[in-house]
Amino acid sequence: MTDQTEVPPGQEAYQPASFAFDAESESEIVVHLAKYPEGRQASAVLPLLYIVQKQMKRHTGSAWVPRVGMEAVAARLSMPPIRVYEVATFYLMFNLRPIGTWHLQCCTTTPCWLRGSDEVVRACREFTGIAGWGETSADGMFTMTEVECVGACVNAPVLQVNDDFYEDMDAERTRALLAALREGKPPAPGSMIGRQTSAPEGGPTTLTTLAFAPEA
Amino acid sequence: MLADQDRIFTNLYGVHDWRLAAARRRGDWDGTKEILARGRDAIVDEMKASGLRGRGGAGFPTGLKWSFMPKQSDGRPAYLTVNADESEPGTCKDRDIIRHDPHKLIEGCLIACFAMGAVAAYIYIRGEFHNEALVLDAAIAEAYEAGLIGKNACGSGYDCDVFLHRGAGAYICGEETALLESLEGKKGMPRMKPPFPAAVGLYGCPTTVNNVESIAVAPTILRRGAAWFAAIGRKGNTGPKVFCISGHVNKPCNVEEELGIPLRELIDKHAGGVRGGWDNLLAVIPGGASVPVIPKSICDTVLMDFDSLREVRSGLGTAAVIVMDRSTDIIRAIARLSQFYKHESCGQCTPCREGTGWMMRVMYRMVEGRAEPDEIDTLEQVTRQVEGHTICALGDAAAWPIQGLIRHFRPVMEERIAAYRQRSGAPMPLAAE
Amino acid sequence: MPKLSIDGIEVDVPAGATVLQAAEAAGIEIPRFCYHERLSIAGNCRMCLVEIEKAPPKPIASCAWPVAEGMVVHTDSPMVRKARRGVMEFLLINHPLDCPICDQGGECDLQDQALGYGAGGSRYAENKRAVKDKNLGPLVKTVMTRCIHCTRCIRFITEVAGVPDLGATARGEGMEVGTYVEKALSSELSANIIDLCPVGALTSKPYAFVARSWELAKTDGIDVLDAVGSNIRIDSRGPEVLRILPRTNDDVNEEWLGDKSRFAVDGLKRRRLDRPWVRRDGKLVAASWDEAFAAVAARVGATRPEKIGAIAGDLCDAESMLALRDLMGALGSENLDCRQRGERLDPRRRDFYLFNSGIVGIEEADAILLIGTNPRREAPVLNARIRKRWLAAGIPIGLVGAAADLTYPLRHLGDGPGALGDAAAVLRDAKRPLVILGAGATARPDGAAVLAAAWKLAADAGALSPDWHGFNVLHRAAALVGGLDLGFVPGPRGKAVAEMLGGGVDMLFLLGADEIDPGRIGADTFVVYQGHHGDRGAARADVILPGAAYTEKDATYVNTEGRVQRAQMAVFPPGEAREDWKILRALSAHVGHTLPYDDLAALRLRLGQVNPVFDRVGFLPRFGCSDTAGPPGDPAALGEAPFAPPIETYYQTDPISRASPTMAECAATFAPVALAAE
Repeated sequence: MTDQTEVPPGQEAYQPASFAFDAESESEIVVHLAKYPEGRQASAVLPLLYIVQKQMKRHTGSAWVPRVGMEAVAARLSMPPIRVYEVATFYLMFNLRPIGTWHLQCCTTTPCWLRGSDEVVRACREFTGIAGWGETSADGMFTMTEVECVGACVNAPVLQVNDDFYEDMDAERTRALLAALREGKPPAPGSMIGRQTSAPEGGPTTLTTLAFAPEA
Repeated sequence: MLADQDRIFTNLYGVHDWRLAAARRRGDWDGTKEILARGRDAIVDEMKASGLRGRGGAGFPTGLKWSFMPKQSDGRPAYLTVNADESEPGTCKDRDIIRHDPHKLIEGCLIACFAMGAVAAYIYIRGEFHNEALVLDAAIAEAYEAGLIGKNACGSGYDCDVFLHRGAGAYICGEETALLESLEGKKGMPRMKPPFPAAVGLYGCPTTVNNVESIAVAPTILRRGAAWFAAIGRKGNTGPKVFCISGHVNKPCNVEEELGIPLRELIDKHAGGVRGGWDNLLAVIPGGASVPVIPKSICDTVLMDFDSLREVRSGLGTAAVIVMDRSTDIIRAIARLSQFYKHESCGQCTPCREGTGWMMRVMYRMVEGRAEPDEIDTLEQVTRQVEGHTICALGDAAAWPIQGLIRHFRPVMEERIAAYRQRSGAPMPLAAE
Repeated sequence: MPKLSIDGIEVDVPAGATVLQAAEAAGIEIPRFCYHERLSIAGNCRMCLVEIEKAPPKPIASCAWPVAEGMVVHTDSPMVRKARRGVMEFLLINHPLDCPICDQGGECDLQDQALGYGAGGSRYAENKRAVKDKNLGPLVKTVMTRCIHCTRCIRFITEVAGVPDLGATARGEGMEVGTYVEKALSSELSANIIDLCPVGALTSKPYAFVARSWELAKTDGIDVLDAVGSNIRIDSRGPEVLRILPRTNDDVNEEWLGDKSRFAVDGLKRRRLDRPWVRRDGKLVAASWDEAFAAVAARVGATRPEKIGAIAGDLCDAESMLALRDLMGALGSENLDCRQRGERLDPRRRDFYLFNSGIVGIEEADAILLIGTNPRREAPVLNARIRKRWLAAGIPIGLVGAAADLTYPLRHLGDGPGALGDAAAVLRDAKRPLVILGAGATARPDGAAVLAAAWKLAADAGALSPDWHGFNVLHRAAALVGGLDLGFVPGPRGKAVAEMLGGGVDMLFLLGADEIDPGRIGADTFVVYQGHHGDRGAARADVILPGAAYTEKDATYVNTEGRVQRAQMAVFPPGEAREDWKILRALSAHVGHTLPYDDLAALRLRLGQVNPVFDRVGFLPRFGCSDTAGPPGDPAALGEAPFAPPIETYYQTDPISRASPTMAECAATFAPVALAAE
């Protein structure tokens, strides 16, 4: 049997009563709307949902999209709200409930798994005390989400934190990273073993013989 | 091995500056106006002559695709959309192009738009590539600033806009019609074809969807000539290509190499060899998660191009090579891909929505061995019921890895089942009922 | 016209047709769940797969595949059967095995197709999916675990109903159809999704667990709760009407039905007049038919003919109105009226009071002006036709009257007749302009002027030509056109409704007339009420003659277009109630003026004699306007008063819907929404 007493979506206690775009958001909206032809402003639904999420991060410290935010997007783009609910629930980068300061997005798809994503996940769990996917640590600092391939497979395993990729991870590097995050000092993203991006460790096997014209 | 001077992505690793001035020193935006002056037909013909096959996975000839666009507008504008929704597990080549050689892509957009009479290019980049999008956005702004795109692009008299659009976490948007739906502000649910995008695409207008790499190599092809490009690789499989080598190799990396390079050479030369040596190799997924796995015996000799891999019932796909050594639980490796497809199914059509979940659940039981031996056949049949019955190719992509597993590793699955039976002591009850 | 071969049968079909449509033309039925000919193509269920030679070597969804010359299609090849069996298996793996307690049982597409393509047992050994049910309001019950995600309901609500409340949220296996934020469907057509749902995910809430489809007797009827004349199927068991479903008529209601017309059915069992009553000493007491007739006859004998009047109500059939008219004629009275609300409709020419273009004519219009009407409430099915036209052609639509959301964009030009002057702009340049005048807009002191002004507007806009009649009156009362066709209007010296009230007559015969204010009837007027519900009229009556509701008689109705349609008796009237014309025939004998028809056939012969249109059942010829001279009315008499919204509450408009608990619940659920829309 299904649980019939559950709170319907969008009506949970944590949902704010209202949402209005602030000045910074408004200035971003203008940029995005200009990209699409007249009458096609619905194209901006993803950008505007991002703007809602970013504004929530600015105002509350948690990057998420409340129901009233979806409705604000619908109103701005002259879309029926249900079309925005559909979009917001289809794309997984919109957090539909509040999340922690640091969103740990653990890639566990095969290429990362082959290179030890289990270890990274375990380190995250131990460090944060988070038991299940989608949960937030007691201190509100971390939320752990299992994500599918983030597209940095030659630098696996990858841990995406908010918008940044931390690459070539292992348990120890994960712990160090989380400790730095807890201090509010995120290290520069990229390879955590000092590789030149996607080049083989130890130096590239190609592109070694080219010389380009010097800067004028 | 491909010589450095024949490599197109000369800043693949971001050793150099991605900005316009540095890109120009690497040859980008050189003589673009003259390329455009050759005219639409000449450009399309040159692209056809190069033999370039689309780099997004399907390998459809790019020049031919461009030629499908209407020569005369019926009043509707035409569009180019660039598929930068790189999400195929194992694949991370477009990411490097975008963040390290963005001007190749932008210049390619202009040329492709011109060749197809498109008024604008929309580059649809996956949402997770936030930092890459920042680079590309800045590069686009530079190009506008320099008059390379926009009104009278490069002084050619042609107006061409380039816009960046971020996705938000949906693998399916890499399917071209799902991408168009998403770009129109809807859920990324693939459309039925026909009509094809060249007739009815973005906003109902003629549209071509090309992969980042296909577009980004176009300027170099047109500068160096189709003959140069066609001389690299093998017949029908021409040109250099960015390979992504991940998994159990000593030095995972991206590298631009000649199509048709032997798999073993690719891994040994650039990725430092298989962890524990070639003989420790178990299997390779040669073209991103969607293509069937091939065992070591095939890896020993297979060439890395479209036709060679098709001959061994796999595919080049995105040229993302996922290497697995003998320590790998191959069933789990494939089961995790089944989980991926179940997670990424849009839910629109029945076989994929229902089949991906079914396959995943059976696969995870297969990982434990908690299954009847004849369920391997059932699973195989289920993959056949999904394959070819769906609106888009995600159904096929979900089916093929399992088919590859059963084809090459059936004994492993049977052993697992037998071991489970031995452990649990009796024919086990099935999960639910 | 491409020619193609389907299973060896050659067919010609129009270019642009799909393979599925071509197969239907060849008489081959292709199974489908998501495809529906009145909705956009989704192609998602994959049940309609066929094999096409020289196409991609895999099964192809026929619902979306365009035909081509010389195409060779196989709909029953081994490949096709295998493919469909596969799809069926997928549909069933997560479908619950609750058919024995599912209301769709017996009329379930999934059940039916599983017979052909299902396996004997399941190979699915995993847990089945469970989905939380949604609350879509008082009419549509959901069991979402049964949903097969065909999206018909979403497409209907979005495209036809034009109230985008429904969607599919999340994705993959987790995709759920619903409103996301809990919300009752705010459409007057919402329950059509019950019919569209191929499984038991959406079923009728009021009808839940009431009956099995195979227990029901099915009778063809005509809906009378608005003036569209929607074709319905009345499902009954024994003496009881259990549900009403739409019947397809492409010219009238396509295959849709308004929620009221579908669900007011429980009002047929409540507040019924099931025996005669006579008022004695100020109190109504039960009486026999003879006593009731005697009481009426006595009063008739004591009243001068010019002081006897008769008013026919909204739900009356043509037969009973004719019988009453003939009886009044025999008595020598000219005081007759069927325009309960005082509509200043002109009965002299039929095209002065019809929806002349026909409902299908809406689909040819290239501009529409609505005057004093809210078609969404007065005729939701017809409103869907306007929306359909707007979707197809994006035509300009203007409204003079109370502003409302009619589910398509429109220009609101003003509230009252003052705005009619500017309204012509909406129709400018149109080749097939349409003016739709709400009958209610003439129920005001300047009604004749409104009618004349609307006609003139249509004439000036070019809406009146030999091949196009774009002047349309939209009625809300099912009886009115029939009444006007029969001349159920005052004779030369006769009194209209307003004059009969306030003591204008000494004896008033109300034939189902419940929309007049009983307080306006003269205190000394003797009132005979013949009808089926204890509503306003009966409460004021001195004698009550229990009649039959529309499901309980063989009857003829004329819809707003002038289309004559026949309904069949589904069940008998309750208790001692009788078919209405028979009551009047019996009464005529008691008052000494026996009507000259003994059976329905004779009465219907008489109908055709009174007006030949009654001989043309079902078929409605298209006609242009042969005489552009309009109804008399002084445009200078146009008043300032805004047109009042003709219907306050869609769900409660007549004795049946007012007696319906389901409609009461709808009224309570949607009242705040309705108010907010104003």
